[in-house]
Amino acid sequence: MKKDIIIAGVGGQGILSIATTIGMAALEMNLHLKQSEVHGMSQRGGDVVSNLRISDKEIFSDLIPFGKADMIISVEPMESLRYLPMLSENGWLITNSVPFKNISHYPEVEKVLTEVKKFKNHVLIDADGIAKDLGSVKSANIVILGAASPYLDIPLEVLTIAITKIFKNKGQEVIDLNLKALELGREFSLKQA
Amino acid sequence: MQKMLLLGDEAIALGAIDAGLSGVYAYPGTPSTEITEYIVSSKIAKEKGVKARWCANEKTAMEAAIGMSYAGKRTMVCMKHVGLNVAADGFINSSITGANGGLIVVVADDPSMHSSQNEQDSRFYGKFAMIPIFEPSSQQEAYNMVHYGFDISEKYRVPVMIRITTRLAHSRAGVGRMAEKEQNKLKLPADLKQFVLLPSIARKNFKRLLDNQEVFEKDAEISGFNKYVEGKDKSKGIIACGIAYNYLMENFQENGFPFPLLAIGQHPVPTNMLKKLYDECQEIYVFEDGYPLVEEMLKGSLNLGKPIHGRLDGTLTRDGELNPNKVAVALGLKDTIGQPIPAVVANRPPALCSGCPHTDSYLALNEVLKDYSKGRVFSDIGCYTLAALAPLEAINTCVDMGASITMAYGAADAGLVPAIAVIGDSTFTHSGITGLLDCVVHKANVKVFILDNFTTGMTGGQPSAAMGRIEAICSGVGVEPEHIRVIKPLAKNHEENMRIIREELAYDGPSVIIPRRECIITLDKRMREKFKNK
Repeated sequence: MKKDIIIAGVGGQGILSIATTIGMAALEMNLHLKQSEVHGMSQRGGDVVSNLRISDKEIFSDLIPFGKADMIISVEPMESLRYLPMLSENGWLITNSVPFKNISHYPEVEKVLTEVKKFKNHVLIDADGIAKDLGSVKSANIVILGAASPYLDIPLEVLTIAITKIFKNKGQEVIDLNLKALELGREFSLKQA
Repeated sequence: MQKMLLLGDEAIALGAIDAGLSGVYAYPGTPSTEITEYIVSSKIAKEKGVKARWCANEKTAMEAAIGMSYAGKRTMVCMKHVGLNVAADGFINSSITGANGGLIVVVADDPSMHSSQNEQDSRFYGKFAMIPIFEPSSQQEAYNMVHYGFDISEKYRVPVMIRITTRLAHSRAGVGRMAEKEQNKLKLPADLKQFVLLPSIARKNFKRLLDNQEVFEKDAEISGFNKYVEGKDKSKGIIACGIAYNYLMENFQENGFPFPLLAIGQHPVPTNMLKKLYDECQEIYVFEDGYPLVEEMLKGSLNLGKPIHGRLDGTLTRDGELNPNKVAVALGLKDTIGQPIPAVVANRPPALCSGCPHTDSYLALNEVLKDYSKGRVFSDIGCYTLAALAPLEAINTCVDMGASITMAYGAADAGLVPAIAVIGDSTFTHSGITGLLDCVVHKANVKVFILDNFTTGMTGGQPSAAMGRIEAICSGVGVEPEHIRVIKPLAKNHEENMRIIREELAYDGPSVIIPRRECIITLDKRMREKFKNK
């Protein structure tokens, strides 16, 4: 088993919560893992990316080679497109549909979404909307993780354990909200498939 | 025991705690910050009484570490590559004093300049100081090298350098721990003159360092951090330093690695390992992140021998960090790429946060400076450097820590008056105070804006040594109290702030204006903590 995942977003959107959850799940499965992150200047509202690699064999490079990523998970639609050179031919493009507009020259959203839809394997999900309906805006990233989960080769039970562990200190209510967020994202994705 | 998932930075931190560290000294700087942060917030370190200190700058940190080493304890000093320029005096001389307690200098380089103003390679500093240098290829190796580094630092009484790059610093992987060691007891050097660098003593110490070069090389041969791997296909011989090893192996996972390989993790590189590779292979390829240190060494100025390929002959780009694709192309393997980035994708450079006090400070400054010719704002290093970009486009320089005030001083001497300096609170205490003293001594017409947001913002909000001390420092240095002005950068104070700035611009002498408001990020963090505790 080997999955190379690009996680994308804008500094401050908390893309690392997705990486941490998948990472925790990978540890549960005793997989090897490497996860490269962005710290420092670029975090200030710029584009950020994390290279997450999990495998049952030793992993060498901290960076995924171009054209070899199995999946892009993005919490922002335009950012999902920035990493297309990383994605393999049959890879999945899974992204939030809600734009994060902190620049004056943000393109027309429709044009961005059209580009996403051009891609054969894509999931375009209104994660913010789903999270809002759930009463937990903060869970949008977990909704997106849920949408990616059918293609991760990680059993749902293991992701559930990972979320339970990560949010352990925040109480059962927060755990339940995030588990629900995971489930709703997953359902959306499966319905589309 | 289950492995821990750690950043390269954190692996170094934990390695040090486990290896009997007594004190870590640092000034924050990407990508090195997380080393000291980990120790600052580590429960184990706290229980063990490890001193974890943010210092005024890298030089004071370096010297504090030399002091702790003098006292016989294991100590580490951490910085980013350009921080070593600041610490260079103490660093180079520490190789002459030698160490007593284990002394490790961790330097995190930033090839590709993700968060820096250059991509200098600290290994050259290590070579310059003639001390052992370690270059880990993985988080686990980084952890192990700290243990080993302390051991040989004490064994040979020499400081050692651990050099990492951004990619390892900020990448997580599983790390297994080794047995914990006790801290050293207080124990002064056997020769109480070891650290007195009077010429007569320094000459003796320097001879010892020179004599030890052979010993260091021998150590690098047996430590296990330099590995020679035999290979059947001798058409190419490969050298991979540190993390470059990973990019190399990434390309040979399916069919195994065919060529003889020298993986380098410790310098000085054993000559006989280099010679073996050179002798048995037709051509040599050198992969190293940063500058071509090993490549240059091997090639020499005249390049009379076998072909040596790397950054110098264009096989690899001269700048920028390596990756698996660059290595593949260099070796003639097939390159891979996905689809191009659609034209609709716009650039998203980093920017000041919404609600940032710096924005209000710059809006006022920009408007006031409309009455003057352009190009007179000398800035410094911190979040506020982002004001170089649109929409503010408020600053004209950024060179090194503290250079705002001193460059403004020089430009004022050249006739550019008034000259404006913009510097953050933490950068001011890092390297701004002496420059301000120059301005005062020479009564320079320089207006120094000390943007006081109570923190070291760019690196994630470490405490600022300037906290609560700025006015006292400025008046202590000799700025006239009536020309030390504090303003609160808020939109509602815009007119009032402009009035104060104009008043100071009208004064022909050094002024300090302190726009003071808490960083929006630390404020947010503080409020959430407060809310949580209620």
